[in-house]
Amino acid sequence: MAENLLEVRNLTITPAGAEASVLHDVSLSLAPGERVGLIGESGSGKSLTAQSVMGLLPSELRAQGTVSLQGFAGNILEAKERALAKMRSDLVSMVFQEPMSALNPLMRIGDQIAEVLRIHGEVARGDIPGRVLDLLASVRMPDPNSARYAYPHQMSGGQRQRVMLAIALANSPRLLICDEPTTALDVTVQKHMLDLISERVAAVQAGLLFITHDLAVVAGVCDRVIVMYAGRIVETGSVAQIFTDPQHEYTRGLLASSDLEATDAHGKLFTLKTALSYAGPIGKAGPNDETGAGEEVAAEDEDEQSSADGPADVREPAPASAGEASIGDGSAPLIDVSGVSKHFRSRGLLLRRRSPVRALDDISFRVASGQRLGIVGESGSGKSTLLNLLSGLDRPTSGHVRVGDIRVESASSSALRSLREDLQIVFQDPFASLDPRMRVEDIVSEPLIARGIARVERLARVEEMLLAVDLDTKAMRRYPHQFSGGQRQRISIARALVTRPQILVADEPVSALDVSVRSQVLNLLTDLVDDYALTLLFVSHDLGVVKHLCSDVIVMKDGHIVESGSTEDIYAHPREEYTRSLIAATPSLAGALASAT
Amino acid sequence: MSGDPSTTSAGDASVDRGRRTKLRLNASMIIGAVLILLIVALALVSFVWTPYDPSAVDPAARLQPSSPEHPFGTDKFGRDTLTWIMYGARITLMVGIVAVGIAVLIGTPIGIIAAVFAQYPWGAWLSAVIMRANDILLAFPALLLAIVFAAVYQPGTGPAMVAVGIAAIPGFARVARSGTMQVLGSEYVRAAKASNRNAPAIAVVHVLPNIAGMVIVQASVAFAISVLAEAGLSFLGLGTQAPVPSWGRMLQESQQFLSTQPLLALWPGLFIALAVLGFNLLGDGLRDRFDPKMEARGNG
Amino acid sequence: MITYVANRAIQFVLALIVASVVVFALMSILPGNAAQVALGTNATPDAVAALEARYGLDQPPLIRYFNWVVGMLSGDFGTSYVTGAAITPVIVGSVQVTAILVIAAIILAIVIAVPLGTFAALEQRNWIGVTISALSQIGIAVPNFLAAIILVIIFSLTLGWFPSQGWMAPVEGLGGFLIRLVLPVVSLALVQAAILTRYVRSAVLDVMREDYIRTARAKGLTRTKALFVHGLRNAAIPVITVAGVQLATLLVGAVIIEQIFVIPGIGSELVRAVANRDLVTVQGIVMVLVFLVLIINLIVDVLYPIVDPRIRNAS
Repeated sequence: MAENLLEVRNLTITPAGAEASVLHDVSLSLAPGERVGLIGESGSGKSLTAQSVMGLLPSELRAQGTVSLQGFAGNILEAKERALAKMRSDLVSMVFQEPMSALNPLMRIGDQIAEVLRIHGEVARGDIPGRVLDLLASVRMPDPNSARYAYPHQMSGGQRQRVMLAIALANSPRLLICDEPTTALDVTVQKHMLDLISERVAAVQAGLLFITHDLAVVAGVCDRVIVMYAGRIVETGSVAQIFTDPQHEYTRGLLASSDLEATDAHGKLFTLKTALSYAGPIGKAGPNDETGAGEEVAAEDEDEQSSADGPADVREPAPASAGEASIGDGSAPLIDVSGVSKHFRSRGLLLRRRSPVRALDDISFRVASGQRLGIVGESGSGKSTLLNLLSGLDRPTSGHVRVGDIRVESASSSALRSLREDLQIVFQDPFASLDPRMRVEDIVSEPLIARGIARVERLARVEEMLLAVDLDTKAMRRYPHQFSGGQRQRISIARALVTRPQILVADEPVSALDVSVRSQVLNLLTDLVDDYALTLLFVSHDLGVVKHLCSDVIVMKDGHIVESGSTEDIYAHPREEYTRSLIAATPSLAGALASAT
Repeated sequence: MSGDPSTTSAGDASVDRGRRTKLRLNASMIIGAVLILLIVALALVSFVWTPYDPSAVDPAARLQPSSPEHPFGTDKFGRDTLTWIMYGARITLMVGIVAVGIAVLIGTPIGIIAAVFAQYPWGAWLSAVIMRANDILLAFPALLLAIVFAAVYQPGTGPAMVAVGIAAIPGFARVARSGTMQVLGSEYVRAAKASNRNAPAIAVVHVLPNIAGMVIVQASVAFAISVLAEAGLSFLGLGTQAPVPSWGRMLQESQQFLSTQPLLALWPGLFIALAVLGFNLLGDGLRDRFDPKMEARGNG
Repeated sequence: MITYVANRAIQFVLALIVASVVVFALMSILPGNAAQVALGTNATPDAVAALEARYGLDQPPLIRYFNWVVGMLSGDFGTSYVTGAAITPVIVGSVQVTAILVIAAIILAIVIAVPLGTFAALEQRNWIGVTISALSQIGIAVPNFLAAIILVIIFSLTLGWFPSQGWMAPVEGLGGFLIRLVLPVVSLALVQAAILTRYVRSAVLDVMREDYIRTARAKGLTRTKALFVHGLRNAAIPVITVAGVQLATLLVGAVIIEQIFVIPGIGSELVRAVANRDLVTVQGIVMVLVFLVLIINLIVDVLYPIVDPRIRNAS
């Protein structure tokens, strides 16, 4: 025990002036060079624990207990700022969640890296520029030489996070803390970043405390896992132990609801409540664990697929090109998008003139009635623009969009109105998509008001709809801030379905939700799509979610359709390199575990 | 792609911040409201009762210090200062109400319209023109505009109120525009559009309730500015004219007697400062309440 | 950067043109008759007509406007109908006085406010920080003319350290100039310093909550050092905006201070011209003030990209 790198004893954190603590009696330790994952959902206290180790707790929080670090004399919680400053970066470093704001916007990248070398004075002044170059190269920054002179806003999120890693490891600390370092990044970038963190931590022989809400991520990176819930540690164990034999009810629930490939007897995703019957991710390695053995797995899967899902191939001939995708059966499609482009011209005052941004470029696809189509892409792929066109909130620059019998590009405003009666949207952010100053009953009845339905009937339908999304009718008189994220998303779904549309568009509806809530909302969505015989367009960056929910999928990148077809097919035989990398990068429990054990 | 906003470390720590803000917000809002109520009460009482007639001249009691008969003393004609302070409160509040009224009623719609127009390709240039015009108006500070009005028309309370009101328009237009832009860009407005609500319905149902807070804060700030501008103008002799009592002119007239009777300057000065302080404190308190970005920012 | 500055410069010129139209319209068209105003309501129609003819007021407004603008561009603000004297020398002389006053005041305000505001932010939870905040809140509520009167009572009438009024040009005697400068400048600066202190404090508090400050601390800087190295320059951006607005406010606010201290600045000339019903002079002075306000805005706009590379690269 004595030679532990990090030793946290009975850490309790209480807001100044408050009675109740937000972190209760947390104890954990980390051996030199060990990699520990700290897992929990929002409000679990995992970030507070990390900040305590760095001595970066906000001053309005009172911490009790001891935090000791090898090489640092005394209790970090009681140390003076000056002593802590000397310790930071020298003994312990941190990579934060939000790369967009973690770097000083007014300072060149090179100077920001050089600063951390200068502060600790371990590198001779003359050697600093060379060392900065080495560091940038070590985090595989493209063109490290010119990157030195760039400002943060000129870099992508992934690049900034590389810079953060270079800064964190510049003085070879003994412990690196990563607080959700990849949560704000695109999936493909996330994978590279995780590999890079693993590699660099090994290179400088540091210990790693990796904080995340994502079980799949932690399995690939860490040896040991600590699970936190509501300010307490509920379970600790090796990755294999936690994943195969979770002891605590919450861990089991988290594990079960993280696994999008497992379903219960009713074909539903597991939730915290149904987690008891979850068998674990072992032995059902999916096609998406490209962890070195990708080809074998894919080959294996091919057999499985062709025997189980044979008719899919017959029904669905391979599209002629990536731009022209036809999905669904032969009957007249409900949605027909052909050759659609959307360009945005950035408007400058007087002197500026820029070439247009091509948000969408020659997009074509069809959706049959009752179909569930997933639209997958990373940020900037044009997903949101496409949704705006489909819902008539925007018009294409060229091409045709037909929804039902309405031609969106030339529709009159009354035609657009009737289009919107048939097509409703569930938005991504449950905190932004509900007007904070309206009651739930007014929010849900808004689409009915526009249709001129009388108040009594409106209220009846709102009540019915709230019950359908498993909310109490008491909710009607409340305001959005009185609900949790998952409940808000239910309200959002109720609003979308209250007019009984034919088509439901879900724009990243679960990406802002905690994992345990995510499966509940997804189950609800599946039920409602069945009950109301909806055609579903499900937009997501998460292949796992799409795979569970959708029969067909479109993969988008930079405003183009890269690939499309049945979900099973695309997963089993991705034709395009981009799709392959996307599948490979998507963290999966089984895959991560297979590589960890 | 967007991450999980609820798992940031700030989210973990923000629990107590809201609670503390509430305490502080109350202090600032209560002090502000009390000061304003005091001045409103002075003005209202002056309609039914004042210690003396404001025009009652008493040559025997000139330039007196505080006494039981004249708690605030008397001026060079022996008129009761407390009476004048009470009457002065009327002018101060009237100028504020009229000026802020003008600015709210003109500035807020301008800002909303500019923001709404900016959404459409045909309206973008119009929106830009409106805001440019607004910026140019900003180059005429309240006091300067009031002086111009006093030069062109007769100096008096009327032109002063209108000038201060016009000068305050850009402030409201800016606040209303940025607030409206924010609301119109929100997902709940996208949802409302997807639910077939038309632009006027969105403006009434979503925009107005959500920008009301910011407009109220701005009104409080504008009220403080108008109190200052009226006092300054009257001090220059370009605002409220004799014999109507006004704090600014009382202060100006006290200048001759600074060495003999400095109390004469103290009272109007104190009340001007209290009025401004009251509206500023109220504005700060309201801002903490309405603008989450300002949360945990101290106010006093 | 160049496009950005050019853009701002064009906007400045456009704003100036529109402002000149507004000023001209207000002063020369709306009230109807400048000559009538100058002579008073009792003047005979003949006298009014004679004055109109003498100063070209019988010409159409458009021509008068162009004559006025062309005159100003060549440095000629015209002739006063009331005194018959050229306006330009009056404006040039008084603008210099006001400029000295206002620039000294804003420098003093910045020198007071930046350290005080930063300190108040760092000591946010201590009594010192709270006291600074409270004092600045009270300071804002004190109009500059009240500050001037209080300062005069204390430092002039009671202590006798400084004269209570008057002005001396620096060339006439530096000591006399400086001693007369103190009270007006301090009364102008105090209120602005109070306002600026609050802005500096809140800008610093905002910056202290930024992620990059946390990064800097994680790098091994203390809280205070992180603020000085990374925070202050970021906090400067909103503070520059406020200081620009304040400079413009001071320019006009100086009108009252000049009256109190009997200083021959542009504000005193403006009030005198208004009292004399000398509309041409008022028109010229107002235009100069608006020009200065717009110039200050332009300078602030040009300062942004120098401080902030994001704006530099945006265009």
